[in-house]
Amino acid sequence: MTGKSSTPVLATGDQTGPPPERERPSRGGFTVDVRLAGLVGVLVLLCLVGYLTRPDGFLTEANISTMLRLAAAIGVVSVGMTFVIISGGIDLSVGSIVALSSVWMTTVATQSYGPVVMVLCGLLVGLGCGLVNGVLISYGKIVPFIATLAMYASARGLAERLSGRRTQVVSETGFTTFFRGDFLGVPVLIWMLALVFAVGWVLLNRTNFGRRTFAVGGNAEAARLAGIDVKRHTALVYGIAGLCCGIAAVMVVARTTSGASTNGLFYELDAIAAVVIGGTLLTGGRGSLIGTLVGVLIFTVLNSIFTQNNLDTDIQNIAKGVIIVAAVLLQSTRLRRRVRKT
Amino acid sequence: MPSLDRRRFLWGTTALGATAVLAGCTSNESAKAGATNAVAGSSGENSQPGKAVTIGFSAPAADHGWMAAMTKNAKAQAGQFSDVTLKATEGTNDVNQQIGQVETLINDKVDVLVILPFDGKALTEVGRQATDAGIPVVNVDRIFDTPLAYRAWIGGDNYRMGVNAGNYIAAQMKSKNISSPVIGEVAGIDSLPLTQERSKGFKDALARAGFTVGPRVSAQFTPESGEQQTANLLQGASKLDALWNHDDDQGIGVLAAIDGAGRKDFIMVGGAGSRNMMDLIKADSGVVKATVLYSPSMASSAIALARMLGQAKGIGDLAEHEIPALITTYSAVVSKENVDSYLDVGFDS
Repeated sequence: MTGKSSTPVLATGDQTGPPPERERPSRGGFTVDVRLAGLVGVLVLLCLVGYLTRPDGFLTEANISTMLRLAAAIGVVSVGMTFVIISGGIDLSVGSIVALSSVWMTTVATQSYGPVVMVLCGLLVGLGCGLVNGVLISYGKIVPFIATLAMYASARGLAERLSGRRTQVVSETGFTTFFRGDFLGVPVLIWMLALVFAVGWVLLNRTNFGRRTFAVGGNAEAARLAGIDVKRHTALVYGIAGLCCGIAAVMVVARTTSGASTNGLFYELDAIAAVVIGGTLLTGGRGSLIGTLVGVLIFTVLNSIFTQNNLDTDIQNIAKGVIIVAAVLLQSTRLRRRVRKT
Repeated sequence: MPSLDRRRFLWGTTALGATAVLAGCTSNESAKAGATNAVAGSSGENSQPGKAVTIGFSAPAADHGWMAAMTKNAKAQAGQFSDVTLKATEGTNDVNQQIGQVETLINDKVDVLVILPFDGKALTEVGRQATDAGIPVVNVDRIFDTPLAYRAWIGGDNYRMGVNAGNYIAAQMKSKNISSPVIGEVAGIDSLPLTQERSKGFKDALARAGFTVGPRVSAQFTPESGEQQTANLLQGASKLDALWNHDDDQGIGVLAAIDGAGRKDFIMVGGAGSRNMMDLIKADSGVVKATVLYSPSMASSAIALARMLGQAKGIGDLAEHEIPALITTYSAVVSKENVDSYLDVGFDS
């Protein structure tokens, strides 16, 4: 037992000293992360299972395209949710904002103004709701859970009111032809998904905004003392989450050619699950968008395997729960330390 | 600080402009005037005005097209009769709230009660309460647990709906000489008894023709879930000859998925009978060839029955002096040949 060691050893399992050489500080950079490798391994395994059970139909271009298109909306919502959770908050209203946005952009009035106004309307509604959340949380000092819970209820209620609880079919063909079509051989929805992830990754990992998000999530008081306008930043982060919901609403409307107050059901749970298994801590300060992407893909592939093999949804839901628990356990620092020692 | 003021001014006007744009985008009045409502009792001696009747009406929240059509039809039907006053409560999916509403109607001493319970079992007790208080109850669709809770029941036939869909598809397959067809099914919420009955009817009818149900998925009666499940189903079934979708509301999503996959190699049959689907069947440009009715016109008939109860009349064409205790509406198959005659019972999804 030597007197001093270079790294302070604490009673808890967390490391607070200078991180060992293999890992960069929690910024989701390009270094190989054991966590992420494990997740990608799970995804590859699932794809293998899918291929073995349906060799003729699983890894075809058409099926991959379908899976990615189905993952697009929840993927985009998860990007926004990643920002929110890294900043130390939570957003329970994402599904309802998607519903409100999809309804608002498919009313008869909006459709009469053309596809550009429809898209703009959808994005504005999403951004607006997100900002309302953000302002209530940062300036109104309401706990994120409660504020977004209130939005969860009222946004869907407003969606039901606006639509009269009817499904609003999109008759504006310009909108449907564009968003349901392809661009350079790849569906537009997949381009949108890739774009949102790319922009999100750059924003989170290569800009000051991203750095501030990690700082606020890690320790809001310290961030404030360091000169960061925590209130404004928090409001903006929730605004981003809302904007992502608006983009997702455009995707859902394109996929279903309709807007309904029933869109976006349970999105919040799916998004939080994807973000958490992707390695983002619910307490904030640490996270990765690539992890979120892998998380979203895992659930999409699982859903596809189950449907193609005609299995019951109940078993699928149980499997989902098992995967979430397994992924979180695999990521616990204690396990990682043990793996590194052997 | 001039730059700060200018920035605030710019943000302010942008916000104002955005709000103006959004406010102008909320109207939902469509160019064509409201769709036709299914109404009953427009002929026969019962249509003559008689004794004044107050009807209490309680239904679940209109959270999807079918349910909204039920409430709309009931109100329209009541409006047709000059001797009927309708007291309709606010729709709710909360059982406790609905019980409270029915109790309020009982205290108001209405002449007849028309109840579409959110859950038949849960509302049975309050149905009994009303009957014991001397108010006859017309139970719509989701049946109470005991006949002591209602005087008359009118509703649809989920099992026969499946049977009729199965028979139609079997006949189509036979006429096209397809020996072992791949038949898919997009069901609704699997945990509901009505979905299970529909699936069973479908399976039984197909079995009689020597066919089986192939790929089957269950959606949630919403367009989004319909699209998602159908997209996956189509990916897994490279060859498909027929598809039955339980509900035309989720059918909007189902059709979007079929269109997205560019598949035209099978026929599709819908369920419930929305106006949307009927228009598509009439146009006959896509895969939808028929739909099996589960029409919300039963709400109109329920009001007509309630009025007859209140005025102590019977159904003219029948021999009995009183209205029957159980009336099951027929799940007709609407196809291109007869769609024109059924347009009046189609509902807006």
